[in-house]
Amino acid sequence: MALVEIRDVRKSFGANEVLKGVSLDINEGEIVTIIGRSGSGKSTLLRCINALEQVDGGEIRVEGKAVRTDMQDLRQLRQRVGIVFQAFNLFPHLTVEKNITLAPVLTGKSNKQEARQLAIDVLERVGLAEKIDAYPEQLSGGQQQRVAIARCLAMAPHLMLFDEVTSALDPELVGEVLKVMEDMARQGMTMVLVTHEMGFARDVASKIVFMHEGRVWEQGTPSELFANPQTPELKSFISSIK
Amino acid sequence: MRIFTTSDLFSLFAALQWTIVLVTLAIALGAPLALALALMRISKIAPLRWIAAAYLQLVQGIPLLGLLMFFYFGVPVFLGIQVPAIVAVGIAFAAYSSAFLGEIWRGGIQAVKQAQWEAASSLGITRWQQFRYVIAPQALRIALPATIGFLVQLIKGTSLASVVGFVELARAGQLASAATFQPLLVYSVVAAIYFAMCFPLTIWSRSLEARLNGAR
Amino acid sequence: MNLNFQQLWRYQDQFIEGVILTVTLTGIAAVAGTLIGLSGAILGRSGPQPVRWFIRSYIEIIRNTPALIQIFLIFFVLPTFGLKLPPFEAASVALSIYFGAYAIEIIRSGLDTIPRSQIEAGASLGLSRWEVFRHIVLAPALRNIYPSFTSQFVLLLLGTSIASQISAEELFHTGSFVESRTYRSFEVYAVVCAIYFALTMAFKGAFAVIGRLAFRWPVRR
Repeated sequence: MALVEIRDVRKSFGANEVLKGVSLDINEGEIVTIIGRSGSGKSTLLRCINALEQVDGGEIRVEGKAVRTDMQDLRQLRQRVGIVFQAFNLFPHLTVEKNITLAPVLTGKSNKQEARQLAIDVLERVGLAEKIDAYPEQLSGGQQQRVAIARCLAMAPHLMLFDEVTSALDPELVGEVLKVMEDMARQGMTMVLVTHEMGFARDVASKIVFMHEGRVWEQGTPSELFANPQTPELKSFISSIK
Repeated sequence: MRIFTTSDLFSLFAALQWTIVLVTLAIALGAPLALALALMRISKIAPLRWIAAAYLQLVQGIPLLGLLMFFYFGVPVFLGIQVPAIVAVGIAFAAYSSAFLGEIWRGGIQAVKQAQWEAASSLGITRWQQFRYVIAPQALRIALPATIGFLVQLIKGTSLASVVGFVELARAGQLASAATFQPLLVYSVVAAIYFAMCFPLTIWSRSLEARLNGAR
Repeated sequence: MNLNFQQLWRYQDQFIEGVILTVTLTGIAAVAGTLIGLSGAILGRSGPQPVRWFIRSYIEIIRNTPALIQIFLIFFVLPTFGLKLPPFEAASVALSIYFGAYAIEIIRSGLDTIPRSQIEAGASLGLSRWEVFRHIVLAPALRNIYPSFTSQFVLLLLGTSIASQISAEELFHTGSFVESRTYRSFEVYAVVCAIYFALTMAFKGAFAVIGRLAFRWPVRR
């Protein structure tokens, strides 16, 4: 059984159908990178997996349980599926420590005494332990995004979603975030990424999914897809990003 | 005791012209002072900034009612002279408007980007010309919604002139209410007249504000 | 043209009581008005259509008519419905209703300033709607409304002076009373204005200190 099973998922915003029947399996330990032009439905698919968007048709199952938007299920789902956003979305009024420990303490994953140690542990994994008492606005974009990743890690998720996490960063700050993600991949975290970083996709991903017009157009290993694209759409996409 | 008739309604509308006179007076006297205060607040000369700041703090820290009483009852007694009601009330309202408008306009002027001053000064024109032709038009656009918002506050504020016996709309309402013993009817009519004046201004101010935010 | 503040000393106790009543009246209206503001902001957002329409009308009517007329309506009109309130109570009710209309708008705009992405980030961490509001939305929203809320509070403090027009006992009423006894109009109103000014400055100072202590996190400018 795959960790995430996506079956014929449909999603519309008003008259605009963004997902037109998407099916996809994500297995434990896989690094799945979703690529495609903007508007192809990549981010929407990602947001459907942890129910930030509600699907209109089809089904998503995470660890065998259907993703639904009613309350109790949602809380459990989101403790298992973390997401990192393009715009970091750190909480400006909380220190780095509190940003990280807020959810674990509130959801009962950690108590107040252990919380600081938890924050230190996850911050060490992203190389920012010395920033534990800083406020988000005192950090660079790259540092903020690494804290956002640490915040996610603190929930000990089984799956992490990355929604164009380097797109809002200055070019010189992209590397530090990608390095953290590479480390996580090496440690066996299951990850689904939407990204424009093709180098990262090629080197780290175990599976590439090319989305086009709301559908999974092609999928395969990086070497298969990049060396030998089967469809003209993927060919033109690859040539456009080179 | 008698009933509220069209002639009462007529007297309310007659008093309305005094409300309008008060508003006009407050703006005519207050606006130049407000402009001076706004410019003093952004002046390079520190004592000017302090004086303006102190004046604004002082007037905005006193109830309008207090200003009215002070200028209407207090000052004439102190000076030992007779002052026509309209003069005393006019001074009080001018002081009131100048403080609020001065603060609003200072905000407008400071909201114009510093680069605009620099660009203007690079044209080799005087500082006043920089203000008059480059900064002021932009500041006015920014400050207009709040200025109209203050106009609403001022119209409502003129009701307090009734307290010193000035027969404007609110005072006319009191008189009609006392004569007819129909406070609900009379004050509702009075409130409706104020509403009819203020609400369109509020809507206008809001739409200007929305347009301004949209343009940014 | 001679100044004589001496006579006013005799009325020191009355002035002190006036100050206490003014602050009390302000406090009552601020607390009740804020409660109106909170419920109004929430209902105005998620309540049924007629309720939203009612709240909208309430805000517009209060904000576009003079508080003096509102206070007259409450004081002179309620007795015709058999509800006779003493002046101070009537003034408290009228000023609460008055402040509530402004509080709704301020609180609503404060909630609107919190980006959806913040709420989403909270939700994605498994927090409930209440937890998101309590831990993520509330503090930044309070910070955003703090300047307009506190300046509205000062306007309320000054506005309570109109309660004197229905003979509610507060500072301004004290002033009128002392004036009628001493005929020292200039000195009395100078002192009354000075006390209001001192109160305003004291509250502004306190708000500045509280704001600095409560909102320490840095923000982007």
